[in-house]
Amino acid sequence: MTQAPFLEWRRLVVERGERVLFEDLSGRVDAGESLLVEGRNGSGKTTFLRSIAGLYLPLQGEFLWNGENVNDLGEGFRENLLYLGHMNAIKDNLDAVENLRVQSRLSGNPASDEDILSALAAFGLRGFEDFPTRMLSQGQKRRVALARLLLSRAKLWVLDEPFVALDVAAVDHLQSVISAHVEAGGIAILTTHQATQLTDNSTHRLKLG
Amino acid sequence: MWRGFTTMLKRDLVLAMRRRTDILTTLFFFIIVVSLFPLGVGTEKEILRKMAPGVVWIAALLASMLALERLFADDHADGTLEQMLLTPQPVALLVLAKVTAHWLLTGLPLVLIAPLVGLQYHVGGDVTLVMMQTLLIGTPVLSLIGAIGAALTLGLRGGGILISLLILPLYIPVLVYGSGAVAESMAGGGELGAYFQLLSAFLILALVFSPWATAAALKISTE
Repeated sequence: MTQAPFLEWRRLVVERGERVLFEDLSGRVDAGESLLVEGRNGSGKTTFLRSIAGLYLPLQGEFLWNGENVNDLGEGFRENLLYLGHMNAIKDNLDAVENLRVQSRLSGNPASDEDILSALAAFGLRGFEDFPTRMLSQGQKRRVALARLLLSRAKLWVLDEPFVALDVAAVDHLQSVISAHVEAGGIAILTTHQATQLTDNSTHRLKLG
Repeated sequence: MWRGFTTMLKRDLVLAMRRRTDILTTLFFFIIVVSLFPLGVGTEKEILRKMAPGVVWIAALLASMLALERLFADDHADGTLEQMLLTPQPVALLVLAKVTAHWLLTGLPLVLIAPLVGLQYHVGGDVTLVMMQTLLIGTPVLSLIGAIGAALTLGLRGGGILISLLILPLYIPVLVYGSGAVAESMAGGGELGAYFQLLSAFLILALVFSPWATAAALKISTE
């Protein structure tokens, strides 16, 4: 892992139903860079992100992690990946700490309870740690899901509309978390419809549709 | 690698303990179905005794079917299933953990309640013991095969009925040899060993193949 990681995609053709979303799409993101995927509704942003995670198979083309096909890498790629989709992926009947504990263990990088509590506190959830998450508001549930970012060792973050349902302060905090990850040599790929401050030199844009 | 298995198993058991009604539904369904037969066909001892092996096994099939639909549905709805596929853990192992939890909650209770059925159908202690043993080996097979169906029908409308159509035919061998073993033990039990060997072979086959097939089906269903 001395080499700086990068993600590359070559000649992607993605279809949804009978409709071609994009053809012959190639590109790359390097360590220390972020990529904003833009486009109108239905232009294939989510499909693109899901394809990176391997949740959707492109018709043609491939994704390469450090030059190797992600499907061939399998678990070797997935341990470097953190994907957060539209759904929060938290269990309603577990509390925030239990949710994060399960997630961190399954990610192969078990976090201590102290780390989990401080990650939750960083997202403004101090005092809500032991409520079943079904009692939390939409924004708070999103924060529980986002607290995963602070516990993860994954180099590649793929975030689908991460700012949805968050209040202004949480949006700011999330932006600083993403910037810090990128500055530390990580990669962030995200979609958003909100104006974002992630607009320095390390931010690239990909326009779909 | 087993940490993934135990984490998933523990998670599912904790979740089930927080919604106990789901476990009890399966158990009560089994008890009710088994109790309906004496009400319907009368309480003549000989007839009941003769029917017992088939009734117990058919009730077990239906009860295990009832709980299957929920096996992956909740995880699918809240997005945790998707995340499960994205962890560096082997998906088949996580599937096995979920099926194990499912069996502990819906299959094992049937094994434990079997003596009650034995009393109801006048089958006697030895036969009841054989009945429990066949259920102990057979119900995990039902959960394992059922998981494939649950994964294939995930997210489909009317998935519950579709599971039944897909899976019930595959349950037939377990039904034949499970109830066959119980009937054999009533008739003296000379060939009992062969029945158990076959049931165990089914279990081993299901343990080896079902998690992989289920994992593959889940990948298709989440796309």
